[in-house]
Amino acid sequence: MIGTGNSVNSITARRRHPLARYAVVALALGLLGGGYAVAAPGGGSADAAIASGKADDVAQGKSLFVAHCASCHGLNAEGSAKAPTLVGVGAAAVDFQVSTGRMPAADAGPQAPRKPLGEWATPQAISDLAAYVQSLGGGPTRPAAEQVDPAKGDPAKGGELFRANCIQCHNFVGAGGALTYGKYAPPLNPATPTQIYEAMATGPQAMPVFNDSTITPDQKRDMIAYITHVRSQVDPGGSGLGRIGPVTEGLVAWIVGLSLLILASIWITAKKRRTHA
Amino acid sequence: MDTTPKAIAGVSTFLDDRIGPGNFLKRNLRKIFPDHWSFLLGEIALYSFIILLLTGTFLTFWFKPSMGEVVYSGSYQPLVGVKMSEAYASALNISFDVRGGLLIRQIHHWAALLFIAGMMVHMLRVFFTGAYRKPRELNWLIGVGLLTLALLEGLTGYSLPDDLLSGAGLRITEGVMLGIPVVGTYLTFLLFGGEYPGHDVISRFFTIHILLIPGILLALISAHLVLMWVQKHTQMPGTGRTEKNVVGAPFYPTFMAKAGAFTLFTFGVIALLGTFAQINPIWLFGPYTPADISAGSQPDFYMGFLEGSLRLMPAWEINFLDHTVSLSVLIPALVPLGIVMTGLALYPFIEQWVTGDRREHHTADRPRNNPHRTAIGFSGIAFYGVLWLLGANDEISANFHISLYETTIFGRFAIFLVPAIAYVVAYRICIGLQRKDAEVLSHGVESGVIKRLPHGEYIEVHTPAAQDIADHIRGKAEIPIIESGVDGEGIPPKGARTALGRLRAKASEAYGTDHVPLEEGHGHDEHAAIGAGDHSDGHRDGH
Repeated sequence: MIGTGNSVNSITARRRHPLARYAVVALALGLLGGGYAVAAPGGGSADAAIASGKADDVAQGKSLFVAHCASCHGLNAEGSAKAPTLVGVGAAAVDFQVSTGRMPAADAGPQAPRKPLGEWATPQAISDLAAYVQSLGGGPTRPAAEQVDPAKGDPAKGGELFRANCIQCHNFVGAGGALTYGKYAPPLNPATPTQIYEAMATGPQAMPVFNDSTITPDQKRDMIAYITHVRSQVDPGGSGLGRIGPVTEGLVAWIVGLSLLILASIWITAKKRRTHA
Repeated sequence: MDTTPKAIAGVSTFLDDRIGPGNFLKRNLRKIFPDHWSFLLGEIALYSFIILLLTGTFLTFWFKPSMGEVVYSGSYQPLVGVKMSEAYASALNISFDVRGGLLIRQIHHWAALLFIAGMMVHMLRVFFTGAYRKPRELNWLIGVGLLTLALLEGLTGYSLPDDLLSGAGLRITEGVMLGIPVVGTYLTFLLFGGEYPGHDVISRFFTIHILLIPGILLALISAHLVLMWVQKHTQMPGTGRTEKNVVGAPFYPTFMAKAGAFTLFTFGVIALLGTFAQINPIWLFGPYTPADISAGSQPDFYMGFLEGSLRLMPAWEINFLDHTVSLSVLIPALVPLGIVMTGLALYPFIEQWVTGDRREHHTADRPRNNPHRTAIGFSGIAFYGVLWLLGANDEISANFHISLYETTIFGRFAIFLVPAIAYVVAYRICIGLQRKDAEVLSHGVESGVIKRLPHGEYIEVHTPAAQDIADHIRGKAEIPIIESGVDGEGIPPKGARTALGRLRAKASEAYGTDHVPLEEGHGHDEHAAIGAGDHSDGHRDGH
């Protein structure tokens, strides 16, 4: 370095550049994260082999169950102090809970939230798991694709059923709502038609069961048609403001409408002709 | 005189000879209006009202105020074949099949929100500046009446489309009416024409909404404006402004141009909202049936405080002489409304009673200069605000992941604590601002010039406040205090001998005592005003 004063200066200058500290932090974080990703135990491979569908569905489902569910629900799905038994809940319940990411539950809150799926939870793996739980004691099965096809439903009839049975918790467009003790009715927008059907058939968490004698499969399909139609509809009146009704409308009236008008009034009165005093 | 074109001169002479507007106009076109941005807040409400009249008329051309059952066959697919009232079907028709109907409907609704929001901020301005004082008490009462009527107008208006959300509001209205002791049932049957919901309420609300209340509103608004015109507008204290004059711009051309521009601004903002922000999407709510209710059912914002009080109220019910009295409905419906509206209506008279002030006032108080009034106002805002906020407690709970019951329990304490805290905080802020004012007058303002004195000390040069700022500050008016002290013989004056009299005297003293009198002239310390700061010898006054 000695003798090349120029380069030392430029290195020093770069080192003291205001962005240099961020670059160092970013580099350190990147190394740390990358290093961990390489060194971390790769749990995916065993599950992937199971999920590849070589063995019998139920047998694979059982090993998935032992790996991901048994710590709370017990080795034979008999339940524990932490979680209920899964004997008799049916394939529909497993498919709903696991495909929405609610199970395996992350922590013991008032309600398990929808979350991104684990890497192991491929459609095949979920199907195997569902087959295993179904084999334990029956229960509602997963609906066929044709049973949840919105195109085959009547949205108008479904809307009436939806208003009569769902909106008191899920809100008039399925935007969700509050329940007691920290529980809530989740928004229906991320739910697939199959998940909506399964939720009605199995009554997950705080939701009641709407079995086939309460709401027939055809009526369920009508409701699915209504829900998917309304949520995909472009709001004709401009921004939907979250579609939760007058609360956001009132906020917009005050924060946007009144603020703009007050700014206008300040601007108008600030404009003064120079008086010849 | 400059020559008037013959065509105009002829017509104007004709009119002048018969109706005589020339004299009237000559007097009134030069009417002076003081200039301050807060004086335009009431105009937001006024111009919104004009928009409401225009768009409302348009809507009546297609709206059918009938509860007769029809099967929908319009262009909104998810409701085709659904049974609904004619009112709801025609409101859907306006939204989807009448050209421009949805836009006009949305403009009407946004204008309604801004109408009431405008009235509220206008009323707060009048309150905090003491512009309701003699001789304007009657106009203040008209204003309180206007606000009450506007709430009713809003309630009847959002019930008209007969959608599921408005039905929830209607059901609460029915519940409150039923809750009124003795006559509740009769009143309910009178309004609904039978068992709820009956077949009459929409057409009755329609008449109330488009004829009765707008007529009264129009009359009261005219009276409000005429009184304002006759009594002249209050003005902020400042240079050359006294109780006997009004300083500002003449109505024609200056104020008229500004008011015209502000009309267009109001139209513009409301049209923007109506175009880009969806409001009251009745097609999403569905038709009203008393069996259905949606999560997140809220009224429009101005009814939110009543919704909040209903949600906070514990389920109390008593049985009195074999009559059930539903306190859980009566108290939240009547008490907050009573406190807010009655409090507003009586305030000018209570203040007069406390201060014994019978003088006319044409100069506005700056809010800081009457700290108790400002604190009471903020206390009221806090009371209203807590109720308003808790009216949306389910949305708060769902969106911010707070337990629903916790919001209710918080609200039950907050409704008593927050107004008290707001009172103290607002009072302290007022006193602090008054101190700042006093400091500006006595010490001047910082000039940004730092000087070094011969012995090495640094001082910042203060210059006297600019004339207009100083005059604005000096406009602080004394609040009178009624005579309460013992007279020479040790006997209190007649009025102050009763318990009420003693209370009045105490209140008057607290209300009127000026804790931060303004001190004129030169300061007492290092940072005294020392002129323009260009004396090279660093000469200081006051030393």
